[in-house]
Amino acid sequence: MREVAVVSFAQAKPVRRDIVHNEVEILMPVVAEAVASSGLARDRIGFTVSGSCDYLAGIPFSFVMALDGVGAWPPIEESHVEMDGAWALAEAFTRLQHGDIDSALVFGFGKSSVGELPEVLTLQLDPYLVAPLWPDSISVAALQARAMIDAGLCSERQMAEVAVRSRRDAKANPFAQLAGDFDAASLLKEPCISSPLRRHDCAPISDGASAIVLAAGDVARALCEKTGRTPAWIRGLDHRVDAQNLGVRDLTTCPSARIAAQKAGVGTAAVDVAEIYAPFTHQEILLRRELGLSASTKINPSGGVLAGNPMMAAGLIRIGEAASWIHRGDARRALAHATSGPCLQQNLVCVLEGE
Amino acid sequence: MRELPAPIKMVTIPTRLDFTITPGEAPARFLKGMMEGRILAERCPACGKVYMPPRGSCATCAVPTREQVELSSKGTVTTFCVVNLPFYGQAVEIPYVCASVVLDGADLPFFCLLAECPVENVRMGMRVEAVWCDPAERKPSLENIKYLRPTGEPDAPYESFKEHL
Repeated sequence: MREVAVVSFAQAKPVRRDIVHNEVEILMPVVAEAVASSGLARDRIGFTVSGSCDYLAGIPFSFVMALDGVGAWPPIEESHVEMDGAWALAEAFTRLQHGDIDSALVFGFGKSSVGELPEVLTLQLDPYLVAPLWPDSISVAALQARAMIDAGLCSERQMAEVAVRSRRDAKANPFAQLAGDFDAASLLKEPCISSPLRRHDCAPISDGASAIVLAAGDVARALCEKTGRTPAWIRGLDHRVDAQNLGVRDLTTCPSARIAAQKAGVGTAAVDVAEIYAPFTHQEILLRRELGLSASTKINPSGGVLAGNPMMAAGLIRIGEAASWIHRGDARRALAHATSGPCLQQNLVCVLEGE
Repeated sequence: MRELPAPIKMVTIPTRLDFTITPGEAPARFLKGMMEGRILAERCPACGKVYMPPRGSCATCAVPTREQVELSSKGTVTTFCVVNLPFYGQAVEIPYVCASVVLDGADLPFFCLLAECPVENVRMGMRVEAVWCDPAERKPSLENIKYLRPTGEPDAPYESFKEHL
């Protein structure tokens, strides 16, 4: 497999509702920063790929507009996935395996605030028998949390503690939308939104964007020498999907995450830090088990998506945050995880290592 | 044995999502101009191209546009289409002309209805001007330009608009 590294990363600070900027205006400075910080000239980028979702924007082909913020002239080789930018990164990684180009720009963006996000996400459910009942994304996640509690796999207290730790760690993250000191006992006094989930169990709604530049082999080494970073080599990358129909799944497990972690080689050595995409507190507890992470792994030091969840950018941010630990030399091996779909239906695992 | 009910072959599932779209900084500046009956395009600081309507960035240089450029209501037809087909929701009686027009001083053509002219007389290079709606009816919309009509000036030479095709 050809060596490919994350050489730069940039993100917009997520906000609950950005009424001033359109998607291109949010995205443009982020792409410009990622490219400038990579040390690569814009016209040297071999491949560009983005992740976004028309259902969030409420506009068909909305991803085409995003190219206004990228500079697609002279014509560039470009692609798009109707998914989180983490899956765009998987495409770029695959494209770089062809060997004819040495670098790629990956970005993800979205304004979740323009629609009613929990209802927009209903439309990813089975359109015949489930979506017509309009269970929103929080209610569907609550079914999973309830199943886990009933199976003795977590408690509301443990879930609240995930929120407390995430928001506390987010205090050190300048890109956190939600951060601060809370205590589990007070959080548990809040009413449920959809039992057993309370507000603190749910990731906030966010508008934002993120971008990553990938480079292969010696190009990555040369760029990182200039920027003073350790290249964050992608040593394993895999993504899997569970069944769409919630009724055929055991929601207390997540086979797609488990298999993706195995295929990405997570268990072959210790993981120093893991950035995992768990939009609901109980899902962090579930993923920790399915990804095979031990107690020695630092989980979501950025605060994770409980501190800011710009849909379509947040999975790519997990990869960027994990890579940043390698870039700074603060970790030798890092894991990034992204998810999509109801109750962790789709999962991507990326293992990053320094030299 | 009891007979089974007829199988369901079709269901109707009403689906509706509501969105509140905000235009963004540059389009908002443009739409405010529209409310005043002004055409406020924006110039790229890197390549100098003038975008009408502005979308906030130069698609070539990937930099924000800031400098506003007020354009006149006059322009040139670069290309056009005569619409002869009726379709659901059609607002204008057929046949009519949808023209791609680059306003004087702009580098991006936009689509607009062309009227007050027999469709067979429309041609590339034709000089046209905007006909605005009544000031009392103005909205934050490009639709404040009701349509374009010929000015009667001599046609613009092909060389002057070939970049905008």
